[in-house]
Amino acid sequence: MYKTGLRSFDIVFILIGGLILLFIISPLLGMFLATSPTQIFETSKDPEVIDSIWLTLRVSFLATIGFSVGAIPLSYFLARTQSGFKNVINGIIDIPIIIPHSAAGIAILGFISRDSVLGKIASSVGLNFVGHPAGIALAMAFVSIPFLINAARDGFENVPVRLEKTALNLGASPVRVFFTISLPLAWKNILSGLIMMFARGLSEFGAVIIVAYHPMVTPVLIYERFGAFGLKYARPVSVVFIIVCLVFFILLRTFSVNKKTADA
Amino acid sequence: MLKVKDISVQLGSFKLSHINLELEKGDYYVLLGKSGVGKTVLLEIIAGLIKPSAGQVFIDNKDITNQKIQKRKVGIVFQDYSVFPHLTVKQNIAYPLKGKKISNQEKEALITEYAELANIKHLLNRGTRNLSGGELQRVALARMLVAKPECLLLDEPLASLDIQLKGDFRNLLRKINQSGVSILHVTHDYEEAIALSNKVAVIHDGRIIQKGLTKEVFQNPANDFVANFTGIKNFFHAVFNENKAQINNTLEICVSNKENLNKGKIIIRGEEIILSEQKLESSAVNHFKGKITQIIPYLSNYEILVDIGIELSVVISDDSLNKFCFKENSDVWVSFKSTAIKIIP
Repeated sequence: MYKTGLRSFDIVFILIGGLILLFIISPLLGMFLATSPTQIFETSKDPEVIDSIWLTLRVSFLATIGFSVGAIPLSYFLARTQSGFKNVINGIIDIPIIIPHSAAGIAILGFISRDSVLGKIASSVGLNFVGHPAGIALAMAFVSIPFLINAARDGFENVPVRLEKTALNLGASPVRVFFTISLPLAWKNILSGLIMMFARGLSEFGAVIIVAYHPMVTPVLIYERFGAFGLKYARPVSVVFIIVCLVFFILLRTFSVNKKTADA
Repeated sequence: MLKVKDISVQLGSFKLSHINLELEKGDYYVLLGKSGVGKTVLLEIIAGLIKPSAGQVFIDNKDITNQKIQKRKVGIVFQDYSVFPHLTVKQNIAYPLKGKKISNQEKEALITEYAELANIKHLLNRGTRNLSGGELQRVALARMLVAKPECLLLDEPLASLDIQLKGDFRNLLRKINQSGVSILHVTHDYEEAIALSNKVAVIHDGRIIQKGLTKEVFQNPANDFVANFTGIKNFFHAVFNENKAQINNTLEICVSNKENLNKGKIIIRGEEIILSEQKLESSAVNHFKGKITQIIPYLSNYEILVDIGIELSVVISDDSLNKFCFKENSDVWVSFKSTAIKIIP
């Protein structure tokens, strides 16, 4: 009796879940099927597309690496502090996820424009963030850094404090304890966070287009081709870029699966 | 060499008050107390992992209360071993040696020496995730010993080992102590104190209620709690009238009160109480009729609880139980000599 009930229950859930999967897969599959291999091949040779994809990859990568230098220590602090401000800081960190990304772009633009303190400092060394890859990196980092901080914080929280205390007791300095115990043990989560931040940076459009229309990152290029030439011309660029993004998505999934296996 | 002077700390609702302990070089000191009374907290204070709100910790007369954890030369081995899971056994043992100004050959020699001492040389190249509790305990101990602490702090080191491993591990601890390392060992098991220590302190409700040489504490428990906790069963407060002792105003027994005490405590060893179906004619002067309330089996004998107005614990052998067919709720006679009663002022 119990078995039969469970089977029906499973079938209902599989059917409902299948619809959601179909909803995710159908538009993407439709786009792939509507694009001929020739179009994909031609687009992948288009210098504007190649430049744009390289720029997107490079800027997102540098933003991820650059901001991780501060994000990882912040995550560690949040994992270890008992301060009442912890929840407030965690809330602040999630703000970029919940606000519209165009609004995030406006905020970043105000923060880095020539009139701002940061803009003036940058101008004094001949750098204008607006329309510059550095500005794009800031916009990407703003919207994607919560993914890294949250993942790394979870990772550090999973490292028993007792292990760190033991390492200190064995004569290691706090710095050595962090680099030999805390960081390696939280590394799988941090790596997942880094990949997620990188992938989220790659796909950012709303904030980036406000900070820098040019040089053109791929999401902006797709939008421009769609606006100027229509769906037919935007679709191959989208397909090529999705393939690139999928590579990183598969990597992310692989790391997540490995982590689950290790934890088990 | 290790001195804990008037240590107090409050952690939430938990409190340690005015803890004083002193270990001399080569001592094996057991701190005996129930779970949650603050034994581990005291070890963490000595190791520098928790700051006390008052008091001081000295090593060789040097105040180390505010010294950095990594400079203290006090090694703690936690109950959960805290072996680093991402490192191999060898890397774990080598951890304290990193950054030390000794050659690689010397490091290898030290690792081998302590791995041999802990009997884990065959595990050196293994990861630690699949090791048994006993093996992890040995790794943690070897790793701590390689750091050459002046004093070793052990937090319930035998608690999660089975009986066979406990015996082996006790021998290892004795060996380490005999090599000159002073040990402060916290446990809830009085048998560990008897088997290993030369000094013992009993901690309860955040305070040390009795301390001293193990033999003295076990022979002269300061109160009911210490008596019960150190495995002494028949411990009573008594009022003496010459050679008579009144217990709980309910029972009068004959004692040998040579010091003419008015008040004190008495211990009647369960092994020296005779149980019979009929009243015995013997040289024993104390005979009481009672009822068996409980029969508790142990490995080689039985503990029989008899209600004679007070509850007495009597130890009898397997053979005696079978021979006399004692049963719960049956009437029996208990007899014991006045010389079987130990009087504590």
